[in-house]
This record gives sequence, structure tokens and C-alpha cells, in this order.
Amino acid sequence: MVPFAYTSVADPLAAVERGAGGTGVAYIAGGTDMLQLLQEGVATPTELVDINPIGFDDVSVAVDGVRIGAMARLADVADDPTIRERFPAVAEALHESASPQVRNMATVAGNLLQRTRCLYFRDITTPCNKRDPGSGCSALEGQNRINAVLGGSPQCFATYPGDLAVALVASDAEVMIRGANGERTVLVENLHHLPGDTPHLETVLKPGDLIVAIWIPLHAAGRRSHYVKVRDRATFEWALASCAASLGMDGDRVIDARVAVGGVATKPWRLKHVEDMLMDRRLDRPLAREAGERSADGAESWGQNAFKIPLLKKTVERALLRAGGFAAGEAA
Amino acid sequence: MLEVDRERARAGTAYPQHAFEIALTVNGEEHRLSVDARTTLLDALRDRLHLTGTKKGCGLGQCGACTLLVDGRRVVSCLTLAVMNQGRSITTIEGLADGELHPVQQAFIDHDAFQCGYCTPGQIMSAVGLIQEGRTRSDDEIRENMSGNLCRCGAYVNIVDAIKDAIARGLDPREAMTEAVEAIRQDAEGKET
Repeated sequence: MVPFAYTSVADPLAAVERGAGGTGVAYIAGGTDMLQLLQEGVATPTELVDINPIGFDDVSVAVDGVRIGAMARLADVADDPTIRERFPAVAEALHESASPQVRNMATVAGNLLQRTRCLYFRDITTPCNKRDPGSGCSALEGQNRINAVLGGSPQCFATYPGDLAVALVASDAEVMIRGANGERTVLVENLHHLPGDTPHLETVLKPGDLIVAIWIPLHAAGRRSHYVKVRDRATFEWALASCAASLGMDGDRVIDARVAVGGVATKPWRLKHVEDMLMDRRLDRPLAREAGERSADGAESWGQNAFKIPLLKKTVERALLRAGGFAAGEAA
Repeated sequence: MLEVDRERARAGTAYPQHAFEIALTVNGEEHRLSVDARTTLLDALRDRLHLTGTKKGCGLGQCGACTLLVDGRRVVSCLTLAVMNQGRSITTIEGLADGELHPVQQAFIDHDAFQCGYCTPGQIMSAVGLIQEGRTRSDDEIRENMSGNLCRCGAYVNIVDAIKDAIARGLDPREAMTEAVEAIRQDAEGKET
């Protein structure tokens, strides 16, 4: 680790002031990704601001939605009765994230901002445009089995690794951000940038911006939701492909749909065209299969990750069937 | 140092430093020590307090060898800084036995739930946390919720048996907590009421 200064703050405005005060200042809360990035020399802050004393760690229910404090721990949110009953895809995504120990430590806002697991991003001995802009992409010709098939560019096709963000996109969730110029909200689906030519710019957050809460509108609870995660081992592993499906049903007819996928894309990825094709149609196995096929429209293989394209299709098909209440939801 | 930080230093309030004099409460005992901002909780325990029961494996949160309890919850001590853990109650494997071995420790011996033993303190601390969480209704649930602890010797089958046995011996989840953890729980309940 490079040397860094440390301070802890209990006042969110003081945190924002420090965070906006200069380059090299980073927040630390759960620390589970930050400590890995520090140990590997990927993150080289000059100062860490410990925001844990601020609190912001409860789940509160309002008449029109649920507010999850930014520093609520993954384990606590996964077990929250309201989240489990109203937003099952969110609870499932959290239960299937990381390990029990990490879920006790990691915060929901930190989880949204976790960095990619691309092998080269985390190996400072290799070129990486995301870590070191302009140095090149080692994954193009290298080990790219876990990399993205959606949203990539020749500069970067590193996968956004999280589960929670995918479920939140399917739940119309927003992040509430405190910045130097006051508070604003951003849809989770608009929080992350595509890599394009600037893969080092990952989110819309500016220096000092502090996520204070996640807001899930209650209308999303009117839909049936489910999260499917496919990975290399049964548990404690990032997704190779995942899908959060959230369906508003009138009988067996789809009247509202959100479909988001993870593990396959450079950011939490909403499949708007799949949602559109589901609308006003009777949900059955052929429709789920058709939607699965369409989910990979525009997907691009970079070599070792070609298997993710058929995997994505089947993952979406399965998530739609399960959200629709089909037994087991196994893809045909 | 920024002028605002100089003022804070003069006023004795928090300002960014690299070196800290901290107090850690470990197994009910307060320890004062000097640490760098970079010192992980794991390294502080092992290298500074010489509590080497907590093992260092990957240092990246992936193996679980450094699992211990902070305020009664299991965490990996390699992914948190020592300076962030002031005022919290830390329970390590050294604090588990109370005159006699903790039931989970005894069950691990009885079921031969280890081979080389390196992952064992982390496995035991994780199991204590797991039993307290009550996520032990089936073998699958135990396996799922012990997934943060790797055992390269492959003692998993016996580890599951040991955990089930510790529960079967009438170990109520609350009794699984050490006295220190129980005290915290009561303290927390006292604050709520």
C-alpha cells in the first residue's frame, strides 16, 4: 500500500467538503473492495475519509417507497423484511453476493461502486486503460473469459461485477447523492458510464459526491421480480451472467416489464428492447425463449467470452419464467 | 498540511494523519498501540498484539482464514483497517475458550474437522458467527453460509458435522456467543429499551 492519511468524519457535509477538497481523497466505508484495491496497489489515495461515523445505515419505509441508507450492510438489507417481501430480486441479489463475512462488512453504496474484476485492472504490472488511461488493453489479446459481451469498446470491455445494481435497475431505483452543490438523485441505470474512449471515468459521481441513500419506489413492488445468477461455483463468486426480471402481470399477460442483466456488460445493463417485446403479450415458455434470444442483440464476443452469449440468453429466459411463476423456471 | 487541518490539530479534533495511537478492545481487554493508517486489523492483532491465532491467508478477503467477530458479527479482519475499529469489541479465537474449550472448538476436535489446521481458527470463528445468525437449518444452509471459509485440505464434510454437533449438544445460538459478545448484545438491548 502507498502511504495515505486517514481521518474519520461524522458529519456528511464535512465529508463532502473533504472529498471535494483535492484529488487523491477517497471515502472508505465497508472497506471490502477498497482494501483489496489498496493491497494490490490499484488504488493509491493520498487520504482516506472514513465515513462510517455518519451512520446512514438503516432501511426506512415511506408511503411511496423504501429508503436504504447508503451504509446499510448487505447482510442487513438482504434480511430486511420489507426488502424480502416487496423486492425479492433485490434480496436475492444481496444474498448471492460475496461471502457471509463480506456481507456483514460491505455497504450497499460501496457495492454499487465496486470496481471491475478484470484480471488486468487488478494487476498493476500490465497495461490497462481503465487503471492507467492510454496504456492499452491487455484483455484484448489476453485472458478475457470473464469480460463483457455488451457495452464494450476496443479500449475496455471490463465487466461491471455487481449483483445489487442489476436488481436495482429492474426496480426503478435511484441513488440520492449529496454533493458540493446540494443533493440530487440519479437513476441507478444512469449511475455508470459506458467505457467508450474513457474507461477510467466510471460513474457520474464528481469529487466529493457522497451517496447517502438508495431509493426504491413502491410501484416497483407491484411487479413480480426474481434474480438469477450463474457462476463458476455454487456460491461466493461473481456472476458470469445474471438477470433481474421484474414483471407486472394481469393474469398471464405482461403489462409492465423491467429486465436487467449483469456479469455480461460493462455497466448494469437494462434490456429495454426486451421489455418492449414482452409488453401486452401472454407470458409462456415460447415468449420467454424468444425474449432470451433477443437479449443478446448487439452482443459481441472478444474470444474466450463467446460462451457468455448463449449463457445470457438462457439466463434471461430462466429469470422471466421464474418471475412469471413457472415451476422451477428451467429453460427448455 | 492544510491550514484547516492545522486548526483541527490545535483544537484536538480529527484531521488527516498517517500515524495513530489507538485503543482496541480484544477479548474484553483494552490494548493501546501505535499503528500506521495502512495497518489492517489482522496485522495489528498478529504483529503488534501477538495474537497469532487469527491466521493470514490471502489478505484479500477470499479465504476467510482471518475471520473474527467485531461487535458480535463475523468479518474478515484483512479487509478493515485497525484504525477503523476503535471502540468496537473484537473477539478472536484466543477469546473463545472460557476455562474449557468452546463447544464449537470441542466439536471440531471430536469430528476431526481439520487436517493442517491453518484455516481452523477462521472456520471456528465463522461457525460461531453462523450459529448465532441461526442459518443452520440444513446441511446445505450450513455449507452455503460457511462458503466464506476455504479449506484446502478439504475437511468440509467433517466441518459441517462438527457444526451440527455443536448445535445438537444443546448449544442455543445465544449460548454460542462468548461472554464478551453476550455483554455487547445486552448492552445494545439496554440502549434500545
